[in-house]
Amino acid sequence: MFEYLKQSWPTLWPTLGAIGVILAFVPVLGLYMTFIERKLAAYVQDRLGPNRVGPFGILQAIADAIKLFLKEQIIPDHVYTFLYFIAPTFSLMTAMFALVVMPFGPVPTEYTEGFRYIVAPGIDIGIMMMIAISSLSAYGIILGGWASNNKYSLYGAIRSCAQFISYEIPLGLSIIGIIAASGSLNIEQIVSSQGGAIWNWNIFWQPLALIVFFTSALAETNRLPFDLAECEQELVGGFHTEYGGIKFVLFFLAEYTHVVTVSFLTALLFFGGWHFPGLTGPVDANLGGMLLRTFVLVFKVTMVVGFIMLLRWSLPRFRFDQLMGLAWKGLIPLALLNFLCVAIVLTYDLPKHYLALTALFLVAGSMVSARHLQHTINRPRSEGRPATNVNLTESAI
Amino acid sequence: MTTKKSKTVKWGEEPKIGWWEAMYLPAIAGGLATAIKHAFSGRTTTRQYPDVEPEIPPNYRGVHRLNRDEEGRVKCVACYMCQTACPANCIEIIAAPAPKDDPHWKDRDKFPQTFTIDELRCIYCGMCEEACPVDAIELTSVYDLTGYTRKELIFDKEKLLSVFDETSTAGKDPVRTNRGALGPASVEAATASQGPPPPGRGSHG
Ligand code: SF4
Ligand code: SF4
Repeated sequence: MFEYLKQSWPTLWPTLGAIGVILAFVPVLGLYMTFIERKLAAYVQDRLGPNRVGPFGILQAIADAIKLFLKEQIIPDHVYTFLYFIAPTFSLMTAMFALVVMPFGPVPTEYTEGFRYIVAPGIDIGIMMMIAISSLSAYGIILGGWASNNKYSLYGAIRSCAQFISYEIPLGLSIIGIIAASGSLNIEQIVSSQGGAIWNWNIFWQPLALIVFFTSALAETNRLPFDLAECEQELVGGFHTEYGGIKFVLFFLAEYTHVVTVSFLTALLFFGGWHFPGLTGPVDANLGGMLLRTFVLVFKVTMVVGFIMLLRWSLPRFRFDQLMGLAWKGLIPLALLNFLCVAIVLTYDLPKHYLALTALFLVAGSMVSARHLQHTINRPRSEGRPATNVNLTESAI
Repeated sequence: MTTKKSKTVKWGEEPKIGWWEAMYLPAIAGGLATAIKHAFSGRTTTRQYPDVEPEIPPNYRGVHRLNRDEEGRVKCVACYMCQTACPANCIEIIAAPAPKDDPHWKDRDKFPQTFTIDELRCIYCGMCEEACPVDAIELTSVYDLTGYTRKELIFDKEKLLSVFDETSTAGKDPVRTNRGALGPASVEAATASQGPPPPGRGSHG
């Protein structure tokens, strides 16, 4: 055993190190994202946000964490205790597990010795694994909703189940185009295929894929425009209605970990990962260069996270039929169109510029599907009752 | 529709979503632009309350005070008008005849031996103030009423008089009543001392 450990140490320590980095950073990141989100929300709404604890309120996140951890652990009488406890853990576990194949810094395509900014370098099915694992996270929510034995929780869980199933499809389909174009499922390969000039970033070749991917990934994170699983106004707290204290923190962390995952994926797949004009070329061992690239990647990720947060405070929540309509009538056809376009370009070896045609498909496709959506949105919710009629008294007008 | 459409009710239609909005992206861009504009406008509507105290208008109806007359005696003549008028039943007065042999009290007939107001029951309607014939009870602009127990917030005569001392020295007299201009207990005092005229009713709204 000891001999074996000693032998595998050169490959073991970088992995353990990377796991350590992820385990250390994700909770802190999650905590601070709540703080940043609250600040951003405040600024968008012309408020000040948390500003009492520490300068600019930066210790607020820590105060919140202490508060949540010291809270009484209430276990309602009517829950299925085992599942009730498993659910949040499972949620966070799957969310963290998806980070295993996620490079959080520059990673060479060929694995060599030493520390690498990834837990499991050189996984050939990286992106597949990512999607597979992240769809597992639905189980955490469904388990939580089921175990709570409460109709609101169950509604939330069922909604999120339907949402996950629907949005999984456009998510996968949108990535297929990228995979086909870069010829690999390996995230490191996909990133390195975007090296060189800024024009090699996938966003310029497959903008439609970006939009479809980002929308469905946002739906997978259960964040605001798509947070029908929680939906305070209708379902109290949705699947986490019965959860408090640490158990709630785990669900919460899982959600924010998802946001981080999605942001990383967006940056890696579409925005060139750690490549930046003037900072491309093969990854070298030069520490300064490595740090600079890590910074570039983290910067891009931060931008995406900021964008996701901004979206939360700009858009209202979808109605459920609109949500389903968007996936099935909008995103899936668009993703298929995009893939068709990529497939044609690749099969007939057309110059890569033809891929930019997807930009045209974006406009045409969204217009076509917009006609359907328009119908969906304007359809009254139930027959017999004119749901769209609102009576306004004169004072309201 | 079974309900008859009345003339006073206007029937509106939920606006239909057109092609442009149904494409989502332009509308989302518009929404984001609004959010970003607000985020960077630097404008805040937050009031930093404990640090920056708000300007309370002088006709605010806050904590009560019992006024003193010019000689520092409690101005109240224990007529029970306020206790009768109070819709929340939170004033409790026990009257006593004024000590006639005391030269300090010789022009007064009655005075409140105890005067308590339950500030937690009070609805701050101002009825007591309107009922009082001598403008002895007034609602001040003190709004931050806090305490650790309910008992603490049942104000007795001394407490109410101290509210008067505080607010009058801080120059925060309420403006609604004609303080000192009404009532037998204050006529002499008002004519004797040629102080500044009391703020008249209506001059501050
Ligand atoms: S303000 Fe109204 S409720 Fe309060 S003591 Fe006066 S009369 Fe009673
Ligand atoms: S109405 Fe005025 S004078 Fe009469 S008891 Fe009340 S405070 Fe005293």
